[in-house]
Amino acid sequence: MTEQLNPSTSRPLLEVRGLCSEYLTAAGSIPALRGADLNISAGEKVALVGESGSGKSTLSHALIGLLPENARLTDGTIRYGGEDITRWSDRQFRSLRGARIGLIPQDPTVSLNPVRTIGHQVMEAIRAHRRMSKAAARQQAQQLLDQAGIDRPAVRLRQYPHQLSGGMRQRVLIAIAIAGDPDLLIADEPTSALDATVQRRILDHLDDLAAARGTAVLLVTHDLGVAADRADRILVMSGGQIVESGTAAEVLASPQDAYTRQLVASAPGLTEPAWAPAPLPEEPEVLLRAEGLCRSFTLPARRGEPRQSVRAVDGVSFSLARGETLALVGESGSGKSTTAKLALGLEKPDAGTLLFDGQDITALRRGEWRQLRRRAQLIYQNPYASLDPRFSIEQIITEPLDAFAVGTTAQRRDTAAHLLDRVALPSHALGRKPVELSGGQRQRVAIARALALAPDLVVCDEPVSALDVSVQAQVLELLAELQRDQGLTYLFITHDLAVVRHLAHRVAVMRAGRIVEEGPTAALFEHPQHSYTQELLGAISGRQAPLHIAEVTA
Amino acid sequence: MTQIAAPSALKPELPGTDPSEPRPEPATLQTVPGRPDRGGRERSPAQGQAGRTRRWLRRPGLLLSALFLLLVLTAAFAPGVLAPGDPYTGDSSQALQPPGTAHWFGTDHLGRDLYTRVVHGTSLSLRTALIAVVIALISGGIFGVAAGFLGGWIDQAIMRVVDVLLAIPSLLLSLALISALGFGSTNVAIAVALGSVATFARIARSQSLRVCQSTFVEASRSLGSRWHTTLRRHVLPNAAGPILALAVLEFGMAILAVSALSFLGYGAPRPAPEWGSLVSEGRNYMAAAGWLTTLPGLVIAATVLSINRLAHALGGERRRF
Repeated sequence: MTEQLNPSTSRPLLEVRGLCSEYLTAAGSIPALRGADLNISAGEKVALVGESGSGKSTLSHALIGLLPENARLTDGTIRYGGEDITRWSDRQFRSLRGARIGLIPQDPTVSLNPVRTIGHQVMEAIRAHRRMSKAAARQQAQQLLDQAGIDRPAVRLRQYPHQLSGGMRQRVLIAIAIAGDPDLLIADEPTSALDATVQRRILDHLDDLAAARGTAVLLVTHDLGVAADRADRILVMSGGQIVESGTAAEVLASPQDAYTRQLVASAPGLTEPAWAPAPLPEEPEVLLRAEGLCRSFTLPARRGEPRQSVRAVDGVSFSLARGETLALVGESGSGKSTTAKLALGLEKPDAGTLLFDGQDITALRRGEWRQLRRRAQLIYQNPYASLDPRFSIEQIITEPLDAFAVGTTAQRRDTAAHLLDRVALPSHALGRKPVELSGGQRQRVAIARALALAPDLVVCDEPVSALDVSVQAQVLELLAELQRDQGLTYLFITHDLAVVRHLAHRVAVMRAGRIVEEGPTAALFEHPQHSYTQELLGAISGRQAPLHIAEVTA
Repeated sequence: MTQIAAPSALKPELPGTDPSEPRPEPATLQTVPGRPDRGGRERSPAQGQAGRTRRWLRRPGLLLSALFLLLVLTAAFAPGVLAPGDPYTGDSSQALQPPGTAHWFGTDHLGRDLYTRVVHGTSLSLRTALIAVVIALISGGIFGVAAGFLGGWIDQAIMRVVDVLLAIPSLLLSLALISALGFGSTNVAIAVALGSVATFARIARSQSLRVCQSTFVEASRSLGSRWHTTLRRHVLPNAAGPILALAVLEFGMAILAVSALSFLGYGAPRPAPEWGSLVSEGRNYMAAAGWLTTLPGLVIAATVLSINRLAHALGGERRRF
């Protein structure tokens, strides 16, 4: 199985030539792949980069015969290990999947069966291709979990998916993927649902594992930074075709295709953006001051144990000047989202005080709380969930105006059109429904809604983490521009330091409910004091890239 | 029997909120008018017409149900069109005639034309069932949405009452209520409504809970909207779909329940030709004239089945938007 030790002299392990596919829908057929070519040698690490809709998932699924019902291959060939597998039946593909090609699926939260133990699922993968007693399979499952970097594998085998964290579940999926000892691993956005630090640890581990076993890896990702860190070769995909291919250094240093150039320009870890954060006002005036905020939550009672509570926010203090951006950075569970809710008055603190523009907003009555809403607004993480699917874009944007009965209907309509223009969307989008817009466009609508009441403070709760990297850059640029023009104050919540590098004036790093380090962005990036900040910085994708764009252009 | 809720109606599914299916971001920031929707349902009007016809033809059961219900509705609103005769006077020389060309459904023991009586009884039966469903929908909806939206002890209190109602067979509940209220078709309607209030309350609660937990409701609250605005503009419209699909289903069940009560003699007094009482009148001539029970029974069954089929289609259509 592993006789092809020297990749340069042997035939490619996987060879895709001019692959075309289309999706059949009621409206006709929509092409997904238009002549994609792909070569992977044994033991090679190849990254397939592209935005959602570029056909990268279709390509990776075609390799293992897992295309959806309404998709079909129209042209081209796929050869794996010398065999033509293009027209294989499902039965034939079954002998390939798991045993010779392993797949690490995208979303660890939904890719495991919630009613089966981890052990059952790993053993199922082992026994699918080899006859083996249960005891032997259990033994091997334990080894696999251990190799995938899971602590106490014997205990984990008896646990259910919901008892593990997201990163842990992704490791289980890796263990399942390597169970059949395949020659090729397809990793389909394996970490995009995870925190930056966890993402890094898992990708590191995957690298080591693949290197140790001599497995080839096809890493499918939308993040050029991740690809540059991890892969020997990068293939950039756009519109169903491979538009660029080369070593990581080549692609980053001299991108040939226009689309690749755009991707390189928008990867936050790789390049300096063309815009800068708004300059701070000369005499900063404090808009929001938090002192010693605490908030605990009681956990659901477990049998035989006393009720426990967890301190989500534990003595957090910060101050935010008008026109400034403060980034709160930390991983999930660090209390950053709770802090944001406290700052907006959406949650009541157990202790501590909050001053908004000099006014104590710690304990507001209902009417006052509603008035505060006119001055402090929130942008949610997921634009796919934060907009009512039944509303038109106009209704969404005018909702806050309706809530406070600002102006006449005609005036509200004008305001909505104006706001839409501010967020660079065409005015004919007013009559559309959220479903008709892309993720980035929806987030722009959400931003327009937050700005409708001309607030002083806008709290952004991971506003770009649900978006593609290139779209992230556009939305961040928009936020910076709005700040410059309107003197907005941002409290920016994120798990990824790369995102705030060029937007935030100051960064506060949170861990376990406390702020562990705070300082001006540049200083924090140059001289991180706390070990956790250093870890976060190390997790920025693109940092391990063979060379930085800045060095290339210099 | 009222606990058979359409499975499709119970499945919460919000279109377009699935983050795992992001749409491609166009390089230029234009909206994307020409792009077909995810399921490719954006068509030109001409295509839509042809497509619609084809979709109906592909589902003959649904087509048949719809046609039959159209007939039933005509009978309810303009019975004279379908059966010009008088449902109350009969020719005793023509008593107990079997079905034939002169009398499609045969005649009863007084020589009245059974077909005419079934047609003229439609409006009575349907009206009672409709009142029952409307009462159940409104009261169950209010209780359910209140429980889901307000939560806390109100939720607990309402849902425990609902549990009690669900524990008692609905027909038994209706019988108990109607013996307290007295006979008559309005009272039958109220009694039947009580039997299905619990089902509506449960669905309304689960739907409003689902919607209340969605981010856009939280967003609306954090924008500063008042609670009743959020309820009216976000929660109710998004929760309504499955509840309305259930209402159609329950309408079929209500016809059955109303017929059952009038069969037992609690409905409109004789000689009103309510469907249930037609079956019950024919019962005495079962051996000699089986059609007197069979044919009205079949009409009831066909109506209920057609409504069920329609309810399922509505549920499915709702899900696909």
